[in-house]
Amino acid sequence: MEKKWFTISVYSENNVGLLNRISGIFLKRHINIESLNVSKSEIEGVSKFTVVVFTTEDWTRKIVMQIEKQIEVIKAFYHTDEETIYQESALFKIGSHLLFDERQIQNIIKDSHAQIVTVSREFFVLAKTGKREEIEEMYRLLKPYGIMQFVRSGRITVTKAEMKISSLLAAMEK
Amino acid sequence: METLKDKKMKKSADTRMKISGAEAIIHCLLAEGVDLIYGYPGGAIMPVYDELYKFQDQLTHVLTRHEQGAAHAAQGYARATGKVGVAMATSGPGATNLVTGLADAQIDSTPMVCITGQVPRHLLGSDAFQETDIIGISTPVTKWNYQVTKASEIPEIMAKAFYIAKSGRPGPVLVDITKNAQFDELEFEYKPCTQVRSYQPYPKPDMADLQEAAALINTAKKPYIVYGQGVILGKAEEELKALVEKSGIPAAWTILGLSAMETDHPLNVGMVGMHGNYGPNVLTNECDLLVAIGMRFDDRVTGDLDTYAKQAKIIHFEIDPAEINKNVKVDVAVLGNAKESLKLLLPLIKENKHEAWHSEFKKKQEEEYEAVIKADLYPQKPGLTMGEVIGSINKASGDNAVIVSDVGQHQMIACRYARFTQTKSNITSGGLGTMGFALPAAIGAKMGAEDREVVAIIGDGGYQMNIQELATIFQNKTAVKIVVLNNEHLGMVRQWQELFFEKRYASTVMTNPDFVKIAEGYHLKARRVEERSELDEAVKEMMNSKEPYFLEVRVEKEDNVFPMIPSGASVSDIRLK
Repeated sequence: MEKKWFTISVYSENNVGLLNRISGIFLKRHINIESLNVSKSEIEGVSKFTVVVFTTEDWTRKIVMQIEKQIEVIKAFYHTDEETIYQESALFKIGSHLLFDERQIQNIIKDSHAQIVTVSREFFVLAKTGKREEIEEMYRLLKPYGIMQFVRSGRITVTKAEMKISSLLAAMEK
Repeated sequence: METLKDKKMKKSADTRMKISGAEAIIHCLLAEGVDLIYGYPGGAIMPVYDELYKFQDQLTHVLTRHEQGAAHAAQGYARATGKVGVAMATSGPGATNLVTGLADAQIDSTPMVCITGQVPRHLLGSDAFQETDIIGISTPVTKWNYQVTKASEIPEIMAKAFYIAKSGRPGPVLVDITKNAQFDELEFEYKPCTQVRSYQPYPKPDMADLQEAAALINTAKKPYIVYGQGVILGKAEEELKALVEKSGIPAAWTILGLSAMETDHPLNVGMVGMHGNYGPNVLTNECDLLVAIGMRFDDRVTGDLDTYAKQAKIIHFEIDPAEINKNVKVDVAVLGNAKESLKLLLPLIKENKHEAWHSEFKKKQEEEYEAVIKADLYPQKPGLTMGEVIGSINKASGDNAVIVSDVGQHQMIACRYARFTQTKSNITSGGLGTMGFALPAAIGAKMGAEDREVVAIIGDGGYQMNIQELATIFQNKTAVKIVVLNNEHLGMVRQWQELFFEKRYASTVMTNPDFVKIAEGYHLKARRVEERSELDEAVKEMMNSKEPYFLEVRVEKEDNVFPMIPSGASVSDIRLK
């Protein structure tokens, strides 16, 4: 079966040990976590894990079933890129002198719609939100000038289809 | 003067009272109907042991000689009774010694609650004496685990632990309790847990799935049932039998399904799997419908998946959604508890006999009898076989003993030849294959089913992995019957070395101690059998004993277990020799 990018979304109770339990499921099957983000969800007290993997649909489905089996997991889903709206964020720390010495940098900032978060005498910080490829393109363009620090966040995703967690929770509580 | 007992009685009468966390743990256990636990004391769990001392008339604590023994004893108790087994240990090494038992209970779906002590909250993460991250260590081998750091959490967490351990597909739960939480006081009130909102243990069988399943069953020419432990855990023994009898479908057991239906039932055709019976394996690849009930298509059952039952439609009755299409792709999945599902299925099933199909099983059975069984059970040459020992135990027990087997050749032989008339009678480490399981598990089984004969069948290898539990047996006068089938080898590994590693017997020869003397050293009645002529009489003497009894049987050193599906081969390629 063909390998693809899948986004796994996990709605769970907010529990200390759960991240360990969930990451163990990937570990056991040697599936690399390409990106991971944990945050609160649209529902009070419910956490949301967003995990990106590059593997077959069959493996993804099996992993999702194993995740859903964990006691504190409310529901887990998986989606292809086409089924989701997704973004990542990145921060670039760059020497301030380049702003003046290299005119091309200003063009890169403008063209990529990046934001200048802060500027100091020594460095300035660019923030860029977008698809992985866009961030990578910006990285490629900036690299020749010297990047002091770079960091990219995990993918965050909302699905085009409804996830119905609230009604599921209501049914569970009945 | 108010005695300790009066005080306790008064306290039990109150629903709300201020007590220590340690005492609360005892009240939680009592509220869950626990009257017997296994364990081993140590620093971080001492406050609980102090309470156990005060409550010893209501709650028996059995001191094993190793925490692994405590875990397996709790498992044996759970498997024999269907109730939750409880094991307790201190922090650090006490806790890590439970891990093998947890893993075993996890893979064999055994309801168990383990309670471990932990260093006080303020020392957590400081590498304190006997501190270990047992939550991190036990996460992959528990259904759920939790670290309690405040006394006030104890009632709710204990209630949740028992509910999770026993509901749905059962499994082990570990509750780690810091020492400060044991000492601190709380307002005690106990409410049993009846639901956890993110946890749906009992999926409802879908009528449309059941109808589809029934249509397949009613029209199949060569349908075949394979049943597993889900039948026993789901208390669906009667429903299974009713289904088999009404549909006339030949039924085979997995190692953990064994004893769900009486062995001698005419529609029972034997065991599937690596050392299962010939017909049940070969005919898996000739049936046109495979009905899997409460089993999980373990690789020891299926062999090579690419050639497993490819010609057949497959129906899977299963409580755990994660098992559906995990190993084998199925045509119809009926989610739900086996009892409920089979009850709903039964009225939809047409009566049938499938006589011609049964005769195919019979033919294969005769082939296996000539090639293997005859020589196993009624050997003509000198040298005792493991099979004839099991036969002798069947005879002496009237097919009515609880058989607790360890792991290896003797286990396969026991599961092939032991006969059962009651459910929950075959206790063995199936999924994990834990050597050292049987001796402590037999202790738990006997304490859980006191009115039954419990016979532990163990190899000379596994026996020495938890031999220290002989002391537990002696101290508690637990009348288990211990049979060690001594072939002076790690027999199963030796068999593989003979067949697949060109007879390079690396580290499988055992120079053993005098097992009879050792048993006698533990004050047990003990006997050794070396001749066929003594066997039946010795087994009878053992079975008639009211006390624990140790029997060593010297068996052939280099016998092999057949049939055998070589690892990774197809069920069709099962070897008779």
